[in-house]
Amino acid sequence: MLDLVLINGEAKGIIARNLTNGKIERFGAHAVVLASGGYGNTYFLSTNAMNSNGSAAWQCYKKGAFFANPCFAQIHPTCIPIHGDQQSKLTLMSESLRNDGRIWVPKKLEEAKKLQEGKIKGSQIPEEDRDYYLERRYPAFGNLVPRDVASRAAKERCDAGYGVNNTGKAVFLDFKDAIKRLGKEVVDARYGNLFDMYKEITDVDPHEEPMMIYPAIHYTMGGLWVDYNLMTTIPGLYAIGEANFSDHGGNRLGASALMQGLADGYFILPYTIGDYLASKFKEPKTDTNAPEFEAAEKAVQEKIDKLMSIKGKKTVDAFHKELGHIMWEYVGMARNKAGLEKAIELIQELKKNFWSNVYVAGETGVFNQELEKALRVADFLEIGELMARDALNRNESCGGHFREEMQTEEGETKRDDVNYMYVAAWEYKGADKQPELHKEPLKFEFAHVATRNYKD
Amino acid sequence: MNFTLKVWRQRDAKSKGHFETYQVKDISEGTSFLEMMDILNEQLIGEKIDPVAFDKGCHGNQSGPVSFDHDCREGICGACSLYINGRAHGPESGVTTCQLYMRKFKDGSTITIEPWRSRGFPVIKDLVVDRGAYDKILQAGGFISVNTGGVPDANAIPIPKKNADESMDAASCVGCGACAATCKNGSAMLFVAARVSSLALLPQGKIEGARRAKAMVAKMDELGFGACTNTRACEMECPKHITVSHIARLNREFLKAKFKD
Repeated sequence: MLDLVLINGEAKGIIARNLTNGKIERFGAHAVVLASGGYGNTYFLSTNAMNSNGSAAWQCYKKGAFFANPCFAQIHPTCIPIHGDQQSKLTLMSESLRNDGRIWVPKKLEEAKKLQEGKIKGSQIPEEDRDYYLERRYPAFGNLVPRDVASRAAKERCDAGYGVNNTGKAVFLDFKDAIKRLGKEVVDARYGNLFDMYKEITDVDPHEEPMMIYPAIHYTMGGLWVDYNLMTTIPGLYAIGEANFSDHGGNRLGASALMQGLADGYFILPYTIGDYLASKFKEPKTDTNAPEFEAAEKAVQEKIDKLMSIKGKKTVDAFHKELGHIMWEYVGMARNKAGLEKAIELIQELKKNFWSNVYVAGETGVFNQELEKALRVADFLEIGELMARDALNRNESCGGHFREEMQTEEGETKRDDVNYMYVAAWEYKGADKQPELHKEPLKFEFAHVATRNYKD
Repeated sequence: MNFTLKVWRQRDAKSKGHFETYQVKDISEGTSFLEMMDILNEQLIGEKIDPVAFDKGCHGNQSGPVSFDHDCREGICGACSLYINGRAHGPESGVTTCQLYMRKFKDGSTITIEPWRSRGFPVIKDLVVDRGAYDKILQAGGFISVNTGGVPDANAIPIPKKNADESMDAASCVGCGACAATCKNGSAMLFVAARVSSLALLPQGKIEGARRAKAMVAKMDELGFGACTNTRACEMECPKHITVSHIARLNREFLKAKFKD
């Protein structure tokens, strides 16, 4: 989907590019439902599928739908670490592994160093020299603390030099005790397929050696702002699932993306969209020859032609990787004012460079995967900037968003409920203008707001 | 690691295809097969941008990047469909192409890469085939359309663990198409069997069992897939280890349905 078509301010259809034959197609309707997923691939490396992208939601944002809490991205603690710059994606190891696996790094820096140099193996480090840092810091929850907490704790240890692989960016997830306690058979019945998968990727058998894991981008809680009927700020445009911002606040919990899929798609939308459609009952079918469709298609075609005509010196992937580095460095697990300001600057520069120096191979009007990618990266560059802008605005640590300026002495997150208890909904104001921030205050009538505590 | 790649190039469904030979160098052992293809493509695009500055000895013949299908890159989506050295998903058993790593190949060897070979899967471009036929078979009956109603008590309809496990095994089919691409008859039986079996083993799926088996088999035949002659090649190449015992269940379901007619 490359554009949303509005007629008299209402969503009446979309412009799409047929991936198989490259043709631009028009689809008219009485309403539009987006179920297009999140924008985690802004970071280039993520656990998302390679083709997952934020473009559909982004076009709607540019047509007037508010984009809410873009800075809330979830970083999952149990992914297979990055092995080098040839990598295209990060594989998620199921969170269930944390039920029986124990997470640790060495207590002594010199042992971490030896691990990094490949001189010793994890299994050679004696019990008393292991730092089960989650169990140490969060005795009440141990290895089962929520994702953001586990991720930050891993980063903290690795930043301090205790990482256990050649890049220094990995921690151990150990099943030694589980195998001793439950036996190999029980452990295999529970995690056998995951162990196989791990061995396939890393060539290491997790029965013998502890697994290595590191956090990676996994989910984006932010998305198009919707009301309780799941309608965006554009009449007739609905957004469901990860494409909207609605269910997870600042921090999605395990398995609740499935919950949202069911809730939005099965229990809510089928009942709420009828209310809107009822008002359109007597309207004829949307005519895709209307001038609005004409204009939208023309704009899409111009964008494609522009991309193809640049014929610059850098590949689409090279731009995407560079954006990913900026995002992970400054808009990743820990963010601060100076870094976010720098990120915005760098992204704007990169965007300018993209539109003057990208090389999109192949032709238009046919199957062309490079063009697909280029169209998505063009949007990721803009999404990344809004994420940084939102993260800069939210000067508190909340859910998956951690501002270094806002932490307790023990390095835990510190919210600022007085100033930031609101949904940040951004409105597009034009290509060279800053988006406008709208605040939807959060009122809690039944549950009271508290600070999370996993220590006791 | 260095490799010589013989890659199938085909402009579109109607054009005649051919092999082109490329070189890739300095590939690390932990690189996945598809990442190696990414590296190849970056080189091929680079040569188009500036043949001298980007020359990495790949000898791209100026035909641009190689199209290949992929999405999740962790063995779940079933999109990656490559015939590698004459085998679906390459030399490893029990993995999809995206889960194949370069350490499984000998340094300096030649790797032949082709698209799925089956009448049911026409080539779209290079290594990308149209696997829409599997969607059409699914649409013919691979679903449950009875209203589930309210949630029953958990113990109202007991399901033996063996059935639940077997159903789950069948449901692990990702619809990649390796079974039909491997089969000498181009039969999609293992795919259809996995879908029919996973539903037939559970109470929700039983109700429409007869209609489902007939409709899916009819659609499979209609789309030009061949018949099963029990050579079990599909089972060998299935990345999800789906066994032919599910084909036995499909046959049983199909016969049962036909006798009722």
